[in-house]
Amino acid sequence: MENRPLEYDYTIAKMFMLTTIAFGIVGMLIGVILAFQLAFPGLNLILGDGLAEYTNFSRLRPLHTDAVIFGFTLSGVFATWYYVGQRVLKVSMAESRLLMTLGKLHFWLYVIVVAAAVYSLFAGVTTSKEYAEFEWPIDVGVVVVWVIFGMSMFGLIGIRREKSLYISVWYYIATFLGIAMLYLFNNMEIPTYFVTSPAGESGIGAWYHSVSMYAGTNDALVQWWYGHNAVAFGFTVPIVAMIYYFLPKESGQAIYSYKLSLLSFWGLMFVYLWAGGHHLLYSTVPDWMQTMGSIFSIVLILPSWGSAINMLLTMKGEWQQVAASPLIKFMVLGSTFYMFSTLEGPIQAIKSVNAIAHFTDWIVGHVHDGVLGWVGFMIMASLYHMAPRVFKREIYSKSLMAAQFWIQTLGVVLYFSSMWIAGITQGMMWRAHDEFGNLAYSFIDTVTVLHPYYAIRGVGGLLYLVGFLMFAYNIYKTMSSRPVEERELQSASPMGA
Amino acid sequence: MFHWLEKHPFFFAVGVFIAIAFAGLIEILPNFAQASRPVIGTAPYSTLELAGRHVYIKNSCNACHSQLIRPFKSETDRYGHYSLSGEYAYDRPFLWGSKRTGPDLMRVGNYRTTDWHENHMKDPQSVVPGSIMPAYKWLFTNSADIDTVYAEQLTVAKHFAVPYNQDVPMKDGSVQNVKMASSIAEARSLALEEAKVVAADMKDQDVKDAVARGEIPEIVALIAYMNSLK
Repeated sequence: MENRPLEYDYTIAKMFMLTTIAFGIVGMLIGVILAFQLAFPGLNLILGDGLAEYTNFSRLRPLHTDAVIFGFTLSGVFATWYYVGQRVLKVSMAESRLLMTLGKLHFWLYVIVVAAAVYSLFAGVTTSKEYAEFEWPIDVGVVVVWVIFGMSMFGLIGIRREKSLYISVWYYIATFLGIAMLYLFNNMEIPTYFVTSPAGESGIGAWYHSVSMYAGTNDALVQWWYGHNAVAFGFTVPIVAMIYYFLPKESGQAIYSYKLSLLSFWGLMFVYLWAGGHHLLYSTVPDWMQTMGSIFSIVLILPSWGSAINMLLTMKGEWQQVAASPLIKFMVLGSTFYMFSTLEGPIQAIKSVNAIAHFTDWIVGHVHDGVLGWVGFMIMASLYHMAPRVFKREIYSKSLMAAQFWIQTLGVVLYFSSMWIAGITQGMMWRAHDEFGNLAYSFIDTVTVLHPYYAIRGVGGLLYLVGFLMFAYNIYKTMSSRPVEERELQSASPMGA
Repeated sequence: MFHWLEKHPFFFAVGVFIAIAFAGLIEILPNFAQASRPVIGTAPYSTLELAGRHVYIKNSCNACHSQLIRPFKSETDRYGHYSLSGEYAYDRPFLWGSKRTGPDLMRVGNYRTTDWHENHMKDPQSVVPGSIMPAYKWLFTNSADIDTVYAEQLTVAKHFAVPYNQDVPMKDGSVQNVKMASSIAEARSLALEEAKVVAADMKDQDVKDAVARGEIPEIVALIAYMNSLK
């Protein structure tokens, strides 16, 4: 028998690549609309008075966050898992009919749940908890999808040929476990439909309505334990999984340090969950919890920078690749934004800084330098690396990719710098007193002053969206061109030729 | 040990789970019971107030408005007394928010009136020049869903012992008894009685007519809720 490398089956990976792009466009487009609504409130009526209820800022805002988290990012995580998983475990999806079926089921159920979620959020059916807005029927759907993802993942691990799990697999496993635990506990709710009134009536009101099992301060505590760590296990852990695989593959360099990856992985697992309390500084949760959240947020710099430095040092001696390859640029700037964002976060978690930053646009800026600069760049870079291999065609245009990189980088810089200024300006104005000890500004003064920064932020977001559309076009042209690779590329970079 | 774990996915997963799970236990459990207790002066939401809370949630008002006053002079000057944990005892879900695009609303009932809210929701710029808040005109035509509110009241009374139809102590030594209906029809009429009080202070003739017909527009419920925030 011919001694040749394994051929992998990318059917499922391709399906999730398409939803990554589709949901990315939707989520980012809504984001841009929201940004301009804050600068120009007339845009709340973008589709006219009749549809105002559905195009209004407050109705669209959860759609933006959820489309980007559960649509774009999760699709990216699934797409890369169905690509990376097979390759590092040295086993093909095609080897097991059961796994293929599970994978397809995973995809289609996921699409159905996302569609249901979009519909319900437009209708205003929400629990109001951030990134956990879905009512109980959709929560049940989410859990089913997640269980199938777990079965599919552990199934592939179960039939693996390579006995040692590569670093990326650690992070994918942690993503699965972390989200499972957080989502379940934060969405503990009782459907109200099944209650019986003293008069003997049952089946009262809306069937999908539920009430949270936790009240007030406890609800807030559980929600931000979830909210912060949904970021951890959605925006950090699986993205680190991607960079540990795709950067070495793309650059041809070995990971700089195994020990550093070990330290950062277990450090991240241990420390991250504690930091949720920093969302509740100066609130009514006990002081010791707030302090704990603050301290662990600072400690979190260590494992975060551990991963990021490990990535940058992987490029040691090969920095000319950054200049030569737009794909490497995306990854290197991605890890740099990761470092930047994981330093900014702990600074905002210091109590005295948080007193100014909390409730302002600086927090929004922080989220976006992480998500646009790190998550978005890494997912796009991963898909760019995968595309020539799964579609067996070269990337359509390298220069388009380079142009996209610069446009999006400019977009991110405009975004976070304007939000820095806006946030600190507003935070300082809220607390300003005049010489008699009265408040120096009425609230509306602190809103109108932000107009130029909101406009700049909108432009930043728009540039990022334009870059994303260039990405979508580039991938589309790659998919639909004449095949040029007879066999899957094994190690050479798609940028090399 | 780590090398061994990397070859044994099951034990690896168990290890990861332990590493991530115990922080939650230590942070959430010890204070759980204490944080559930109401302070004196906190009463459950009446039927119409809870309906207004549903309208607030349906329109994600919490995307731009907080309900959490931090213990700083600048905040207590602007919004009133800082928040106490027990004041939230009947808030399911909590509505602290995470962003103040608009001002805090924790005690908005102390300094805004029915009349003000009515004008503001119809045309925010007419009462606050320069405001970037959109108008919420559909609240004047959509009807509030009282049945779902009633189901929620029954559920929280049953599962979380929320004291409906019981005397609740107030700060001045008096007691308040928040009534919960014993049938759907009674719930609707309780809510309508409350709605009439709010609508009496409103100017919009369509809303007044609707309430006179026995309907409850969302705006009436929302204003009842806003007025209860003190």
